[in-house]
Amino acid sequence: MLEAGFFYLFAAMSVIGGMGVVLARNTMHSVMFLIFCFFNTAGLFFLLDAEFLGIILILIYVGAVMVLFMFVIMMLEVNKAKLKEGFLQYLPVGGVIALILLIELIAASSSGVFNTETIAAVGHFGKDVNNTVEIGKVLYTQYLLGFEIAAIILLVALVGAIVLTLRTRKDAKYQNISKQVNVRKEDRLRKVRM
Amino acid sequence: MIGLSDYLIVAACLFLLGVIGLFLNRKNVITILMCIELILLAVNINFVAFSHYLQDISGQIFVFFVLTVAASEVAVGLAILVAFYRTRRSIDVEDINSLQG
Repeated sequence: MLEAGFFYLFAAMSVIGGMGVVLARNTMHSVMFLIFCFFNTAGLFFLLDAEFLGIILILIYVGAVMVLFMFVIMMLEVNKAKLKEGFLQYLPVGGVIALILLIELIAASSSGVFNTETIAAVGHFGKDVNNTVEIGKVLYTQYLLGFEIAAIILLVALVGAIVLTLRTRKDAKYQNISKQVNVRKEDRLRKVRM
Repeated sequence: MIGLSDYLIVAACLFLLGVIGLFLNRKNVITILMCIELILLAVNINFVAFSHYLQDISGQIFVFFVLTVAASEVAVGLAILVAFYRTRRSIDVEDINSLQG
């Protein structure tokens, strides 16, 4: 009973957060709503016995990705009024497509394939089962290749982001290390006859 | 008792909100990136729900990979946005048309 209450709370709050992302006039408010949505989704993950992923969602998404969003929004000064001009222009097309998709998805979700008769309601794990340990056991054995590919993807994204935003300034006074190291005594020292 | 279909409906709602956001906000690239995040989040909820109800931890591993790809996508997308802003002084979607020929 308590679990159902928490489920409805987290689900409603995350959907409200998602609506706020779409409808907020200010981009910064959208980011705040998205953070709210992430927190509540992390709550849903906790209800599903996925503690590790819930904490990862808060640490990485709220702590890193959304802060990156905020940083970029504050760095770029954008005309707010101009950005919302054509807001209702695409509402009919988007609304119809979204409505059709929503009806399809909810019909598929509640069609009986996924109900409790075919998939038995499962209880929660006991205190001795550690979600992080279980993920580690599978991640470092069965999915080791995928793990390493993920690491390479992150490295490529890191290098790509640096390359895209790096700007060499013409007026900056950089050191030329090899020139400094290769300098000899004759280059700097001059004997002057007095 | 909360079943699998309840989680799937929540994920469907979040997915649809992301899709609606992509259609409505045709001006701001940052909002489009946030809507993509919302869509990926909905997919993650589906993965975790199936992982729990089918008692298979592989779903959570895939959430891990989706998070990795989403994080790198945001990093590269925002870097492109910053580089674009430096040349055009704008982040309107309609100004991004120099590749149309």
